[in-house]
Amino acid sequence: MEENYVLKLKNVSKEYFGNKVLKEVNLNVKAGEIHALVGENGAGKSTLMNILFGMPVIHNTGGYTGEIIFEGKKAEIMTPNNALALGIGMVHQEFMLLPGFTITENIKLNREITKQNAISRILGDSLKSLDIEAMRKDSQAALKKLGMNIDDWVPIAGLPVGYMQFVEIAREIDKKNIKLLVFDEPTAVLAESEAEKLLDTMRNLSANGIAILFITHRLDEVLAVADSITIMRDGEQVSEMKRKDATLAKIAQIMVGRKIERVVHEARKYENNGEIVMSIRNLSVDMPGEIVKSIDMEIRKGEILGIGGLAGQGKIGIANGIMGLYKAYGEVYIGNTRLELNNPRKAIESGLAFVSEYRRGVGLLLDTSIEMNIVISSMQIQNRFLKGLFGLKMISLKDDRKIREWAMKMIKDLDIRCTGPDQLARRLSGGNQQKVCIARALTLEPEILFVSEPTRGIDIGAKKLVLDLLVKLNKELGMTIVMTSSELGELRSISDRIAIVYDGKLEGILAPTDSDVDFGLMMAGEYRSKEVV
Amino acid sequence: MDMEKNKTSLMKVFMNYSVPLLFMVICLIGVYASKLNAVYILNEISVRLSRNLFMVLALIIPVIAGMGLNFAIVIGAMAGQIGLITVKIFDIGGFPGFLMAVLFATPFALLFGYGTGLILNKTKGKEMITSLMLGYFANGLYQLVFLTFMGTIIPVDNPEIILSGGVGLKNALDLKLIQYAVDNLFRPNIMGVKVPVVTLLLVAALCFVIKFLVKTKLGQDFRALGQDINIAEVSGIKTDRIRLIAITISTVLAAWGQVIFLQNIGTLNTYNSHEQVGMFAIAALLVGGASVTKATISEAIVGTLLFHTLFIVSPFAGKNLFGDAQIGEYFRSFIAYGVIAVSLVLHAWQKYMNARNREKLE
Repeated sequence: MEENYVLKLKNVSKEYFGNKVLKEVNLNVKAGEIHALVGENGAGKSTLMNILFGMPVIHNTGGYTGEIIFEGKKAEIMTPNNALALGIGMVHQEFMLLPGFTITENIKLNREITKQNAISRILGDSLKSLDIEAMRKDSQAALKKLGMNIDDWVPIAGLPVGYMQFVEIAREIDKKNIKLLVFDEPTAVLAESEAEKLLDTMRNLSANGIAILFITHRLDEVLAVADSITIMRDGEQVSEMKRKDATLAKIAQIMVGRKIERVVHEARKYENNGEIVMSIRNLSVDMPGEIVKSIDMEIRKGEILGIGGLAGQGKIGIANGIMGLYKAYGEVYIGNTRLELNNPRKAIESGLAFVSEYRRGVGLLLDTSIEMNIVISSMQIQNRFLKGLFGLKMISLKDDRKIREWAMKMIKDLDIRCTGPDQLARRLSGGNQQKVCIARALTLEPEILFVSEPTRGIDIGAKKLVLDLLVKLNKELGMTIVMTSSELGELRSISDRIAIVYDGKLEGILAPTDSDVDFGLMMAGEYRSKEVV
Repeated sequence: MDMEKNKTSLMKVFMNYSVPLLFMVICLIGVYASKLNAVYILNEISVRLSRNLFMVLALIIPVIAGMGLNFAIVIGAMAGQIGLITVKIFDIGGFPGFLMAVLFATPFALLFGYGTGLILNKTKGKEMITSLMLGYFANGLYQLVFLTFMGTIIPVDNPEIILSGGVGLKNALDLKLIQYAVDNLFRPNIMGVKVPVVTLLLVAALCFVIKFLVKTKLGQDFRALGQDINIAEVSGIKTDRIRLIAITISTVLAAWGQVIFLQNIGTLNTYNSHEQVGMFAIAALLVGGASVTKATISEAIVGTLLFHTLFIVSPFAGKNLFGDAQIGEYFRSFIAYGVIAVSLVLHAWQKYMNARNREKLE
């Protein structure tokens, strides 16, 4: 067992406000190996990385328990600078590059090589001159190591995306003491050939003795480069294996496999019957980070349709596109009438309502009372909750009495825990804020309710309440619900059918009772290739 | 294809310099219409460049550091005036008086700059409106101090500067004792143009200091902040500290600039001299083609030159063209405020378009 481990995490746990997000995780990375870390969104990968980098978000919320052992010594990583000093580097998923700076300036950002001048001797180091020549030399060396043949003195703006990724890597390997390099979904934004090149680079780096922690959800890449694989699920490390023991199906199954609790009702078979209330044809949506590329789908009356998939694959974009929040193309029919896209007002008037995934931004008027939050859309679009001034219809005022009555009813029906209808939405807990959002959507009396990430950022107890509420609405009012969620478990617990989106396209539709392997493969975009084999 | 490329790049150059080019045309028309002789105009320009450029240059560093146009240089100007008032009270004249004024003004400027920086760090992304409001707020404090504390809390008993009631400074203070203290140190007459060489040298020195600063580690941090404060932060740059430094430098330079300005004017309008400093300096910078996110020394020089040429010629041009100097006067106020408004709108529009283009790309 006395192998040469560069990083060992021992029993690392982390709680956010009593909500356990990491449970006794162990992770062992050997020097010079490529170690893949896979798991669904919310499995705890990013929290683990935040701990590894001493991010303030960890230490502002009570720190973590467990041990980090780096190169055989116990390490206290309290700030990102500690991590850097130890020799841990990170290639970010979003590029941390300044567009107006040259490649060299970016590689050397805040690590500029400086030399003394007459003034800096008196007034201190911050007035040292930059040694541009030395900086360029270092950068060129780093770029060369990556096999990049490019002028290092051109600005980042205008470079192809693939190049930017390599500049990021060059910055990390330019740090002389780098021992462990974390790649956070590095291939997500790359074209296939660029991704190939990146994987080659990773192999190269690891051959030079740098350990690589490779976070990804592209399982084929894991199999292509990783030496060992750690799989996380729900904040736990569920498996560690060598590559020779790994297969696509095995990883996929472990990644999503968990006991599925059908909380409420049996999955209803809607396969061939049921009236179609909405058909979507060739829908594309330009939502940054969640692009939808030409999707066809049918929504049946009275069903709960789940839309799942990994982050960034486009599942979020569908509801946002239909509701007109992001530029959408294609055709959407409600019954037989075509919905005018890119017009949120029309969408609501056509009997759609939307509970946004971005609760605190799009979803709520944070500094406004609960009651106004509940009625505002209906007031604006359906002219309800208004009364005329002295009976004049022209000048409409809000009808405080009606608003209060309705808000009280919603607070009671949805069990919103608050001090009263005039409490500010900001002061509510996440779960109760979500209920206010749902209450507003219900006030619109929609035929189809779109709910995105209804349980994101709320604690476990409240999650169940929100899900129960959706089921209740569906059962008692017969409301059609389209729920988008990153949590497959919750989709499988209440949906009738689950559509999985991968790379902006519909990968397939599964029943909640289908096997873990199928779900895992679909989410990784490997489902169709399996069928070929 | 190549022709096309040439055409677009020519268009680009034209677009990039559209503001200074436009003002150059207006200036030339103004010069022609004013019927002033060249020596008079050159004399005026040399005076105005030497006394105003320092203040305009004080704006550059905050722009580089991504804090926008620092309307709070008004506060720096107040510090400068505090220095001058002190010199007036102690009755120190000539070049020593000028040096003493700078010396007295500097600690106040450092303090004010630091305070401004602290507040701007709490209002990131809204620096410009905050600094504008801070200027107005500081004006109130300034009036409180010099209108009610002078002669009461601050014991000054000098009938030449205190109002006849014994409380408060007079509206206008005579600064004859240090007028031209720097300008006339060495002022050769070159073909009828009297050039205040030492003042211009001070301005030139500042240009070199700014140039030097930008090339240091500190300057690199300024630039990094100017591009993207979040990325700078992640890279371990102490952004709040760097912003404090930027705004403090700007405030101190503004204080010195105001002392230089008033040693030329020779009269301190106690309650007004600082008021328009911010607007005029910013307008001059913008006329030179600078923007909220980008400003260079040459833009400051060109802008000051054009803006003040317009100031010199517009009353005469107004009189010659419309028979009324006042119309020219209106025109130049219109220009000063108009150019600020247009530049801010352009900035907002560019930001909007960039965001939209980025969305499209993704």
